[in-house]
Order: sequence, then structure tokens, then C-alpha cells
Amino acid sequence: MSSLVTKVRLKQIEQLLEKGKRLDERGLRDYREIKIEQGLIERAEGSARCLLGKTEVLTGVKVETGEPFPDTPNEGVLTVNAELVPLASPNFEPGPPDENSIELARVVDRGIRESKAIDSGKLCIEPGKKVFVVFVDVYVLNHDGNLIDCSALASMAALLNTKMPNYEIKEGELKIKQGYVSLPVKSHPITVTIGKINNTLIVDPWLEEEQVMDSRISMALNDEGNICAVQKGGSGYFTPQQILEASKIAQEKAVEIRKKLDW
Amino acid sequence: MNEKPEKLIDKKGIRSDGREADELRPIKLQVGVLSNADGSAYIEHGKNKILAAAFGPREMHPKHLAMPDRMVLRCRYHMAPFSVQERKSPAPSRREVELSKVIKEALEPALFLELYPRTGVDVFVEVLQADGGTRCASITAASLAIADSGVPMRDLVVGCAAGKVDDTVVLDLYDVEDKLGAADVPVAYMPNLNAITLLQMDGILATEEFEKAVNMAMDGCKKIYEMQKEALKTKYMVVKEAGEE
Repeated sequence: MSSLVTKVRLKQIEQLLEKGKRLDERGLRDYREIKIEQGLIERAEGSARCLLGKTEVLTGVKVETGEPFPDTPNEGVLTVNAELVPLASPNFEPGPPDENSIELARVVDRGIRESKAIDSGKLCIEPGKKVFVVFVDVYVLNHDGNLIDCSALASMAALLNTKMPNYEIKEGELKIKQGYVSLPVKSHPITVTIGKINNTLIVDPWLEEEQVMDSRISMALNDEGNICAVQKGGSGYFTPQQILEASKIAQEKAVEIRKKLDW
Repeated sequence: MNEKPEKLIDKKGIRSDGREADELRPIKLQVGVLSNADGSAYIEHGKNKILAAAFGPREMHPKHLAMPDRMVLRCRYHMAPFSVQERKSPAPSRREVELSKVIKEALEPALFLELYPRTGVDVFVEVLQADGGTRCASITAASLAIADSGVPMRDLVVGCAAGKVDDTVVLDLYDVEDKLGAADVPVAYMPNLNAITLLQMDGILATEEFEKAVNMAMDGCKKIYEMQKEALKTKYMVVKEAGEE
């Protein structure tokens, strides 16, 4: 990306921000429109597509059986992976996951894991030997900024959509019964990302803003409004006051989104 | 291995390793420990033992990664296979890739990147022994290594974590508290500029607890900051004395 173009753009964005405006005519604290569609992929146990403005993420969930981790023998396993597929942006290249996709996957993972969104105790088949493994695969289809929030929403929606085979455990043996059951979901974390451009905090930065912003902070909030994961990113900094302000904004926004989605 | 203590904090408010809630582990800092690096530092933070080295500003390799208007900072956080209880594969894990990124982003605000266009600075962090809070100790050591290399900086960056253990907000979690505690909040901070350059969190915290943890971590950072400055001075004091004779 040309740094000259970025600098011109930065000037424009800064001037608008001084007047409390943004390039795409949103308010500083407004999200783009959120659209969620569930169950598009029949082969997957659960799936959902989230549109955040033009940013588009598809998450597929596969449920398989496997071994638990030795330190949590009675709990199912959650793995989150993210793919920045090359069709989503001219800056994405094929190949093994880079630091951006690994960070994205780990931030989404932390939101789901730390809020205890999945009741992993109910995914145990035989303690220490056999549990359900939930694979959450985040597929970024179009990159127009704020992949973190969009991926977190898509992943949570996909988990809510996940049906696994109805099973019964008889003497440690897994017996598949007729029909399906929903994945046991206990909490609905919502991740809110706030960008900082020249000491102004903006909610849900889109691509043009992302390219010029100093830094961002993402906060995952659980149903009770407690903070369950935080990640600062970007090569700038936040003052302690800005962190507090961001946490208040994040909470307000999470409540708003939660209401809208009825989670 | 470490036996799991029943309670991590006793009735008197003493933690399982004998510390008070707001007490740091013992810290030892040393600057200029490697002769081939442009700058280097070694930190012992509790049982954490970490080496950091800085190289540059130097020509970027591969060349296409160089930026026409600024310097590029690259960072690699790596754990030695013997640094943890179960041998860790020496190949970089996803955790190490993420930490390398957040450590880089924690250090960048301290540098005048635009002063050295087309060049790169590489920071290598090797965790020789880990005991919880390695990313914070790595940042403390890495910023000392950069300072030692002579690259101008806005401020030193200090890392320190706080968290929640059994319902109490405590400073500087060690391995056992990190694994069994309720939440961990690593912070990197530039005390002179009052700027937070790294902030992460996992676990569950109410807003007030989160605020308290961040403040406690910043206070911890300020204490370590004094030790950092002392460590830098110590190196140059020794050089001066040698020159005087």
C-alpha cells in the first residue's frame, strides 16, 4: 500500500473526525449494519455468515470425537482457526497462516473460551479418553475492516447453530441415537473493537480507517457485561483514561448488539 | 511438579509463594550481556530467565520488506524447548507468533521509526526458563536491549501483569496463579509518557476489577522502570571506571 495515499487519506479522516464525522457518514460510536445468516453449509454441524457493512465472514463448525487435553480430562476441546483467504483482499496471499490470521483466531478463541460460551463439561464422553472436539473455522470472505468483531459474531452465531448427533454413553461406549441435539451454549460473548485515530476513539473501524489508525483495542463481554478478553493491537498506544473510556463504550455497544441479535 | 495449593491466598492475604497481593517477584536486570548483538539484556523475573538482543538499524532482508519512509521493527519471541515442564517443540507455536506480534507492537510506540527509513531493527527474545508472565518480562528486557543498542527512544517500555486470584486482584502472577487464577491482565507501559502499549486480558473481570488490575499493573511497571534505568546506568558506570584507570 502506498504510504503517500495513506497520508493524504489520514489528513482527510482527521479533519472529518474533528467535526465528529467519518468517511462513510457514520457517527463515531456507530456500528455498520450487522446481518447474520445461519446454517448455509449443510455439510457442517453448524455455520453462519456475518456481514458487517461490506466485511464478510463465514464460520463453519465441525464436531468430531478425539482425546481431551491431559490437564482437562473431563472437558471437550475447542479449536479456532482463521483463514484470510486470498479472494477476500488484494493484500491476502495464499500460504500458511501469518501473524494476522493467527492473532485473529486467537482473539476469537479467547472470547469464546474465557466467557465459557460452550459448556465443555457436557462434551465429555469418557473422562481422559474420549471427548467431543469442536472445530471452529473462520473464513474471511471479504475484508473491509474490523475482522475481529465480524469473525467473533460469525463464530458465535455458528456455534448457536451447531447441531451434533444425539448420543448416549453406555459403559463408556458412544451410542449414536436418532435425531440431533444443540451444542450446549452457556454464554454469548460479544466482541467490540475500538480504533484510535489521533486521540479520537471510533467504534468498528472499517478498512480505510484501519489503514491509518494508531491502534485498536478489542474487548469481549459476556452476558453479564463482564470483560472476558482484551487485546490491544497496532503500533500506537492508549492512555489509561482512553482504556477506561474504551471499556465503557465497549459495554454500551455490546448491550446494544445483544439486544439487536436477541442473544 | 508443583502441587496445586488448596487456596492460592491464605487468610492473612499471603499468596502461595509468600508474597503480598501488591508485591513483585524479585527482579534482576543486566544490560550488555552479549558481545555480538548491538544491544542486549538479560532479565530474571522470579524464575523467568530471558535473554533479549537487538540488531540494527541495518539493511532489511528480504529487501522488499523495507519501508521507504520508516524503519521496520521485527520481533521474535521464542521459548527454549527446556524452558517449560513438558518439552516444547522448538518450532514456533501459534502462541509464540501472536506474542511476537504483540511484543513488537508494544515496543514500536517507543521508537522514532521515521528517523531510519529503509532500515530494520530485529529484536530476538529467547525465554530460557518460563514461570508465568514471560511476555511482560520479555518486553522489559527487549526495551533495555534496544536502549543498549543506542537507537533513540521516547521512553523505556516496561511490562508487568496483574490479575485475579481467588477473588483478590494481585500483582505479577507466577505460573501457578496464572494457570489456576481467575484472570490475567498483562500490561506494557511507558511511565514517562503515561502510555499503555500492550494490554491483553483473559478470564472474567467486572469493569471495576479490570480498572484496578490495570492500575496495579501500571504501578508495578513504575517500580520495574526504576530498576531498568539503574541497570542501564550500571553498565555505563562500569565502562567509565575502566576508562579512568
